[in-house]
Amino acid sequence: MADTPAPTFAFEQTLDGTQEAVRGALAFFLNRLAPLNLSDDARDTIELVVAETLNNIVEHAFCDHPQPGFIWIRCHYRSGDLHLRITDFGNAMPDRALPQPKKFDAASPVSDLPEGGFGWNLIHELTGDVSYARSGPMNIINMRIPVGAH
Amino acid sequence: MKLSARTEELLQIVTVIDDRIDAAVALEFKETMRQLTDGAPDTVILDLSRVTFIDSSGLGAIVATMKYLAPGRTLVLAGLTGPVDRVFRLTRMDSVFTLYPTLEAAVHDQALQ
Repeated sequence: MADTPAPTFAFEQTLDGTQEAVRGALAFFLNRLAPLNLSDDARDTIELVVAETLNNIVEHAFCDHPQPGFIWIRCHYRSGDLHLRITDFGNAMPDRALPQPKKFDAASPVSDLPEGGFGWNLIHELTGDVSYARSGPMNIINMRIPVGAH
Repeated sequence: MKLSARTEELLQIVTVIDDRIDAAVALEFKETMRQLTDGAPDTVILDLSRVTFIDSSGLGAIVATMKYLAPGRTLVLAGLTGPVDRVFRLTRMDSVFTLYPTLEAAVHDQALQ
């Protein structure tokens, strides 16, 4: 095995853990990826994965916090993959584990269709790896998104 | 959240003017759709041709709209852009909704039914 090459591109970003902050933070985040000259597909993928992850933190980790804390994103690019570490000090995930994709029966009546729970399906579908750890008061999500050669 | 609606004899067309249906506007979208489709004919076509981003909350709001209209009325979707189409496919919601590539195709097909 060759040594892992150093990241060719890296940055950090923080945002408030509120719904109002997510949209702007997402646009800012995508702008910072401009030097990577990613394909439209790769940008769309990253936008969706990061949006779902941030929205989940806002809606679940900070749901009962009168003053939500911040969310910290660390990002680097290496060998065709974008690596993200997203950290917050909100509530732990249920069972301290990553939510697994939910399945639904497309043949079920319209009234039984789910109106939520799609977020983690999308994250699992679009990431190469994703993992979760609770470290003291901290939630840490690590993910790798294949985005193609640089 | 900007939506515009026009009602023809047998169907209503609701066009999403904004380019995003995300968590920030999902509730507003759902509520506005309820108001706009009040008294709508049997078929409502949602024109998504200007929407370039949808997340799981936005998708949930569209599903909620379909459930609200059912069983008497149907919601069909038209003009899905690449990123929006992909979210429907990845969540298997493409098998739940009737999807048309363009508004014209939706109007034409629905008018024949």
